[in-house]
Formats: sequence, structure tokens, C-alpha cells
Amino acid sequence: MSEFDCLDPVRKALLDDLDEGFAELYGAYRGLVFSAALRLSGRWADAEDLTAEAFLRAYRALAGYERRRIAELQPRAWLMTILMNIWRNCARAKSRKPPPDLREEPVDDVDPGEDVEDAAVRRETGQELAELLSLLPEEQRAAVVLRHVVDLPVSEIATVLKIPQGTVKSHVSRGLKRLRTLGGAR
Amino acid sequence: MTQDPLLTGLAALAAEPPEALLDRIAARWVRVPAPIGELAVAFTDHGVAYVHAGEGFAEAYRKRFGRPLLPAARPPAGLLPALRTGRTAGLPLDLRGMSDFQRDVLEAARTIPRGEVRPYSWIAARVGRPRAVRAVGTALGRNPVPLLVPCHRVTRSDGAVGDYVFGAAAKERLLLAEGVDLDRVRALADERVFYLASDTTGVVCFPTCHNARRITPVHRHGFRSLAQARAAGYRPCRTCRPAQDVAV
Repeated sequence: MSEFDCLDPVRKALLDDLDEGFAELYGAYRGLVFSAALRLSGRWADAEDLTAEAFLRAYRALAGYERRRIAELQPRAWLMTILMNIWRNCARAKSRKPPPDLREEPVDDVDPGEDVEDAAVRRETGQELAELLSLLPEEQRAAVVLRHVVDLPVSEIATVLKIPQGTVKSHVSRGLKRLRTLGGAR
Repeated sequence: MTQDPLLTGLAALAAEPPEALLDRIAARWVRVPAPIGELAVAFTDHGVAYVHAGEGFAEAYRKRFGRPLLPAARPPAGLLPALRTGRTAGLPLDLRGMSDFQRDVLEAARTIPRGEVRPYSWIAARVGRPRAVRAVGTALGRNPVPLLVPCHRVTRSDGAVGDYVFGAAAKERLLLAEGVDLDRVRALADERVFYLASDTTGVVCFPTCHNARRITPVHRHGFRSLAQARAAGYRPCRTCRPAQDVAV
């Protein structure tokens, strides 16, 4: 029995072997990180870039961590924090450039490799809502995506966004309200 | 209780990343046979990134590239024939993260054919930095893909094989296995002969150029410098390109 036997499989694997552990980490959280990246950025290509960058940074950070720090890691909140930092930096860098014309740059959230028919079905159901999400102010969009797209608990979102739980809740409810208004206006 | 359609809609916006995304993040690795024993090779979706002999492969890769390393089911296409034949021209390499100078040096070394050698100063001239001979040596010493970029074919002009990532002894073994007559190169260097010219073709070459190896003894003339060969009326070979100012 080792002192780390009670850990979840991801952290156990990371402690055993960094590279095999990384494969576990990626397998467990790739959908979560990618979904958040896709709905925050609104673009498939940006979501791939953000996800790749987040996991690469995570690996490089893990390579420098002590065993104790890995054992105490909350992988999900930690990964989402890395993603949010990258996304904010990207958004900041983009905001220094002239803003894109939304009419010319529709939200492109379709996997270029996806079957045309699948894409059409998903487009009908999700496309409009995804576009509305991209109209929310950043902090509301972040709170709504983390709470309702990737289903993180409010306490974890507070950790990730480094804001009080009450503020998370108000961002979420304002974001949802705005989505309903925007949806009704269409 | 009926579900709020907005919340249901938001939950349905979750998506899985494409399979290939992992290969943008992690490298794959395999063990393969090579002329100097078993090697560990790491490759990415851009090409082969790292070739390592002996212990400590994973640690060395992590320290140098900081990228996850996962086992591969099979070697990348073209790797085994490239190692077997020493002909590596078509094999994609991942040289990201290197400086422009390092990449230029490696690309120049890559043009040296099997069975031939070139001096360090030749690479320096090829990359447009004729005085940076020492920096060329350093860049070749940091070659992440030995054998695939055949840095072992770059040797000292005094006839010694010079340093090598896998050691000077391995360099000598590789060159002999590729058919380089090292004894002859050394004998010529002892006589201060670094270029060979043919009075039938009027062309001057590096001694290991396949054109130079065909010159019969009666027509062969040795030179210490290219300037002397030119003064004697010879033009630099277009194959081994001892002079950089000659069009191919």
C-alpha cells in the first residue's frame, strides 16, 4: 500500500509515469477542455489551438511539480484554469486588433472532418445558440459555458475564474437572461 | 418537471475534439534497429523530431522538447528504409524550435550523399556564414536527428573525422560502413591535398565526391586550395560544389 493509493486513476497514473499519466489526463478531460474552448472561442480551429496549448502547458507544468503537488492536484479545475488563462490572453491580443465584422465572420463551430449530414443536424439545433453565446460579455459567457455546457459546480467555477461563488451565480443568471432575450428577439 | 430548453440546448453544445488533436500535442516513440545499434526515435505529426542512442531517452526528450511522449504502434513511414540505406531525403523531419541558423546547417548537411564527406567550412559557406565554422560544429553537435540528418558526413579538413553526437568511434564506423575510404582521405590530408582535379574533365572536386573517385591516377591532380585549382584552370564540380558561387 502506498500513501497515494486512495487517489483517482488520473493522479495515480501521473505519479507512476508522467507520460502515461498524461494520456490518462487527456483521455479523461479532453472533451471538457475542448467543449469549453469551442464555446468560449466560437471557432473550431481556435478550439483545437486552445485545447492543444492548454494540454501542452499542463504537461510542462506537471514535469516541474513535486509528487506531493501532483497528489494534491484537482485536475479538472486546474486544467480549466490553464485554459481560461490562455483564452483570456488570446482574447486580449485579439482585442488590440480591429474587431472582426460579425456579419462577415459567422461562428464557425463545425469540425471540418465531420459528416455533412451530422453537421447539418447539429447546426440546426446548436448553431443558433452557439452564435448567441458569442454575443455575451466575456465574464458571463465564461460563467455560462463552465456551468451549463461543461457542467462544472459553482464552487469549482469560482476557483477557476478566481471570483466569489455569489459572483459566479450572478454572471450565470445574467448570462442566461440575456440569452433568453437575444433568443426571443430573433 | 419539464426541462428548460435553454439549459438542454447549452448542455448539447459539448463536443469531442477530433482524434488527430492528440498528435498535435504528444509525440510518439519507437525503438528501431540502426547501423550503430538500437535507437529510440520520437516523431510528431510534422515528422521525426529526435533520435537517441542508449539510456535516458525519455528524460532527454522531455528536457529538450517538453512534449508528452507516447508509445507508437509502428515506426513512421520511410524511417526504416532511411536508416538502412542512409538515403534520407524524402523523410519528413520536425525541426521546429530550432534557430534559422541551426535549421540551415542541418538542411545543408542533409544534402551530403552517402559515401561522401564535406568539411565543416563547406557547411558554413553553404549557409552564407563562411566564418562561422565553430558555430556550425556546435549546431551539428546539437543535431536532434543524427543519421537522418547525416552530420557524421561532416568531417575535419585535417583528415580526422571529428566529434559526433554518438562519439567519434561511431562516426568512423558509420563512414566506413557507408564506403568512405577514410585511410585515403587521411593520407591525402597528410600531403595537404584537400581537392582532386581531373585533367580530362577540367573539374576539381572534394576527394570523396563520386566524380573524384573515378579519376584515374595519371589524370589526377591534388590541390591544397580551391584558389590554386582555379589558377591551374580547373572549374569547381557542380555535384559536390566545393565552391558556393557555382550555379548547380
